[in-house]
Amino acid sequence: MTGTAEVLASRLRLTRWGVVAALALLAAVYVRALEFTPLEATQGAAQKIFYIHVPSAWTAFLAYGVVGVCSVLYLFLKDLRLDRFAACSAEVGTVFCTGVLISGPIWGKPIWGTWWTWDFRLSSTLFLWFLFVGYIVLRGAVTEPRQRARFSAVLGILGMLLVPFIHVSVTLFRTLHPQPVVLKPEGPSLPGSMLVTLLFSFLAFTLMYVGFVVHRYTLAKLAEVREAEAGDA
Amino acid sequence: MRDVLAQALAVAAKDLKLEFRRRTAIFSALVFTALVLAIFNFARDPTAVSATALAPGVLWITFTFAGLLGLNRAFAIERENRALDGLLLAPVSRSGLYLGKLIGNLVFVGLVEAIALPLFAIFFNVPVWGVIGPLVGVIALATVGFVAVGTIMSAIAVGTRFADLMLPVLMLPFLMPPVTGAVQVTARLFAARPFAEVVGWLKLLVAYDIVFVVICLLVFEAVLDE
Amino acid sequence: MSAAPQLSPAVAAGPALEVSDLARGFGPVRALRGVSFALERGEALAVFGPNGAGKSTLLRLLAGLLRPERGSIRLFGHPFNRSDAAQRVRIGLISHASLLYDGLTGRENLEFTARCYRLSSPREAAQRALESMGLVDAADRAAGTYSRGMTQRLAIARALLHDPEIVLLDEPFTGLDTRAAGVLRSLLERLRADRRTLVLVTHNLEEGLELATQVALQVSGRFVMLDRRGDDPSLWRARYAEAVAGA
Repeated sequence: MTGTAEVLASRLRLTRWGVVAALALLAAVYVRALEFTPLEATQGAAQKIFYIHVPSAWTAFLAYGVVGVCSVLYLFLKDLRLDRFAACSAEVGTVFCTGVLISGPIWGKPIWGTWWTWDFRLSSTLFLWFLFVGYIVLRGAVTEPRQRARFSAVLGILGMLLVPFIHVSVTLFRTLHPQPVVLKPEGPSLPGSMLVTLLFSFLAFTLMYVGFVVHRYTLAKLAEVREAEAGDA
Repeated sequence: MRDVLAQALAVAAKDLKLEFRRRTAIFSALVFTALVLAIFNFARDPTAVSATALAPGVLWITFTFAGLLGLNRAFAIERENRALDGLLLAPVSRSGLYLGKLIGNLVFVGLVEAIALPLFAIFFNVPVWGVIGPLVGVIALATVGFVAVGTIMSAIAVGTRFADLMLPVLMLPFLMPPVTGAVQVTARLFAARPFAEVVGWLKLLVAYDIVFVVICLLVFEAVLDE
Repeated sequence: MSAAPQLSPAVAAGPALEVSDLARGFGPVRALRGVSFALERGEALAVFGPNGAGKSTLLRLLAGLLRPERGSIRLFGHPFNRSDAAQRVRIGLISHASLLYDGLTGRENLEFTARCYRLSSPREAAQRALESMGLVDAADRAAGTYSRGMTQRLAIARALLHDPEIVLLDEPFTGLDTRAAGVLRSLLERLRADRRTLVLVTHNLEEGLELATQVALQVSGRFVMLDRRGDDPSLWRARYAEAVAGA
């Protein structure tokens, strides 16, 4: 291994700890939600998925936002690092998005009696998931790095612009989803300790996102360096 | 500005000339259309589900999928003999090229729609003629939207190894707003609902068209720029 | 050939084509690792080299089809800006792909190209080109029905329709029969006589040497040799053989 590869490999050991810390935080969220938060009156134990489901959704949309911003910057600056970062954010975002789509039906079945409903938030997240998957499939189909970066950037920008349109489209339908409990004009109507759990979970998920992306980015950089060395050899 | 339009029209004219000599794509699209219409008719229980309830959805499934069949054509023809290099070498502006491909695609999809719509009115016995004006308007609005995005996506898809698979995968989320809007408005037109009910959807369609045509024009260069 | 409209004043300041440390890679593959040369107006550079040396990449960069990663290209003293139509119009590329539409007739192909280059009378430009290439009889048949030699002649007509001052040729003699090769040779002589600047990539040592004022040997993305041809080609041939043996 050359100098750069060694530096990256040691940085990887650090970022690995970041992932461990993030997962520990996730475990803490579970503990907090299950043990230290009261049961919700109407929904009972099933409601606790809320503390995982909602922050996952937030993180998925954050991840796509990052993809969009990096895409715009890439088209102006043509720096491949931006493309690499966008790709990492997309991968991590897909995972979180899949989490939302799995936790949603698990929550929904006991509460609404059905696995899936075409309501507002679940539909939006489903289309976000299609955007992520399309982005990753596209990247897999293009081998040349600069072409891959250009195509991904165009898709990322168009996708970012699409998200508000999806929201508006889905809003024009009736919704089955629980009405907003936190982001209301009158202020959150969630009782104190539940709000704390939720906010703690938001923080944990955001840190998880950062931890995963940084680790993935370092992995990607190392892989590229190794490939370049193999090419020169 | 006039230059860009002139180049766009030259490109579109060339594409249409090529397509109407070979006719493979247009025939696939028309056969597909007839197939969808026939199958939907047999796939439902006529006593339980009225044709009018299904009609808007079926119409738009037909339009979108037949349209998708034709979209890849625009850039696929540039692959033979590396003709795309010829376009890129010449002082043809990238926006002019995009616009030309867009116009060609709109003519193609428009033709499919113009043939499908009367067939559909006949097979499903829906009161199309009474609302033909607004109906054509909605069809035009939604078509411009998804063809604008489809044109740039096909430029990308044709640059990958799996063009025919890539295009639907990329297009799926982008079809949702225009197709949903179109179906909602079409359904309300057939049911003779008041205009107020469709205003929101129409605004959505118009906004989608404006935003995506403009953005696609701006970013198209990045797709071809090596 | 038709006369292209002057879209910019012909400023003859410095060499017609000046390339400095041009480099370009595709992912881990470094196709071009730094190439430099300068050609005065009317000169011709012949580039020889094995497959995979990056010769096509060099031409595509010069044609503006690729963006360089490093280095610069100057056309008639000005930096080459790929989005500048006035500069693009001065370059022509004859590649081994024909860049033709098989479904259009010969005439339609040329008229379309004329429109792309914004020539003032596309129909006449196409007619003149068809006449000079001896394709008038086949002009209204689909290009897909042409023989190999005819396709090559049409492709050349298409590439030179706008009368470019710099002509890039990528292995143009490949697969040509004697007659077509003869047509190409006399075309190249005519271009030289008209003081066009040429860059010719070829496997064919004889054709290249006959034509060139400068010769280069490209291996693994670099010029391992770049020289004026001089009056005695046999001297040059010896050096070339040496370089090939060493590369």
